[in-house]
Amino acid sequence: MPAIDGKALILAFSALGAGIAMIGGLGTGIGQGIAAGKAAEAVARQPEAQGDIIRTLLLGDAVAETSAIYCLIIALILIFANPLIRLL
Amino acid sequence: MEFFPRVVFYLKFLDYKVPVTETVVVTWCVMVILMVFSYFAGKSVGKKDGVLQKVCEAFYEGMENILVETMGESASAFIPYIGTLLAFLLFSNLSGLFGARPPTADLSTTLMLASITFFLTQKEGIRRKGLLGYIKSFFEPSPVLFPLNVIGSFSTPVSMAFRLFGNILGGLIIMNLVYSAVPLFIPVPLHFYFDIFAEILQAFIFVMLTAVFIAMAD
Repeated sequence: MPAIDGKALILAFSALGAGIAMIGGLGTGIGQGIAAGKAAEAVARQPEAQGDIIRTLLLGDAVAETSAIYCLIIALILIFANPLIRLL
Repeated sequence: MEFFPRVVFYLKFLDYKVPVTETVVVTWCVMVILMVFSYFAGKSVGKKDGVLQKVCEAFYEGMENILVETMGESASAFIPYIGTLLAFLLFSNLSGLFGARPPTADLSTTLMLASITFFLTQKEGIRRKGLLGYIKSFFEPSPVLFPLNVIGSFSTPVSMAFRLFGNILGGLIIMNLVYSAVPLFIPVPLHFYFDIFAEILQAFIFVMLTAVFIAMAD
C-alpha cells in the first residue's frame, strides 16, 4: 500500500467533514416540520387568519433555518475554500 | 462550479489593479434596470394610460399593507427604504434565471445589506430611547449580561447575511451539480424551486426580518 500524501489525507477528511457537518440539517428539518404542523392546526382552527399565520410561519422558519445554513456554509467552506490545506 | 465570483476585468486606478467581479457587474445591471424603470414610471405619473404608475402604486400599497401590519404606525418612514430593498433583492435574486450569477450569492453584498439593517436598527433604538436609554438597554436586565447583549445585537446582521448568502449559493451549487449530472429535462422543474420560489421567499424573508428588527428596536 503506497504512503498517503498529507494533502490527500486533508482533502479526504474535509470531504468527510463536509458530509458530517450537514447532519446539523436534521434538527432544522424536525423543527420546521413541527412549526408547519402547528401552522396547519392553526389554519384549521382559524381559517380567516391564514395570511398572518403563513407570514409568521415563514419568519419562524427563516430563523429556525439559521443553524442549517451555518452547517451548509461550513460544508461549502470545507469543500471550496478549505483553510486547512494552507496549513501544510 | 463556482464558489467565488469570477473576476470579469481589472480596473486600472493609479498603480492599483482593482478586480471587478461578476457580482459588481450584475449589481450595476440590476441598478440600471431599476433606475430606468423608475425614470419611466416617474414620467408616466398623471398620464391617462400610465401603466407603470399603476404597477408602482400596487407595489407601494402592498408594501404598506404588510409593513403597517408588522411595524405598526411607525412603518411609513421605512416604506421607501424597505420597498427599494425588496425590489433590489427580487431583481438580483431572479437574475439567476437569465444566466447571471446573483449578486446575493456573494457574502459582500449580503453583509452590506445586513449591516444597513443593523445601523438602521441601532439608529432607531437611539431615536426612540434617547442616547442614555440606548446605552442603558445594554446593561439590562443586569450589568453582567452586557457582553451577551453586545454579541446578541451584532449576531443579527451576521445571521441575516449568512441566511441569504447560504440559501442563494446553496441553490446555485445544487443547480450546477444537477446540470453536471443530468444536463437535459431534469433541471427544468428544479428551476421553479431553486431559481424562483426559494429566491422570492428569501427576498421576502430578508425584508420581513429587517422590518421586524426595526420594529423591535425599542
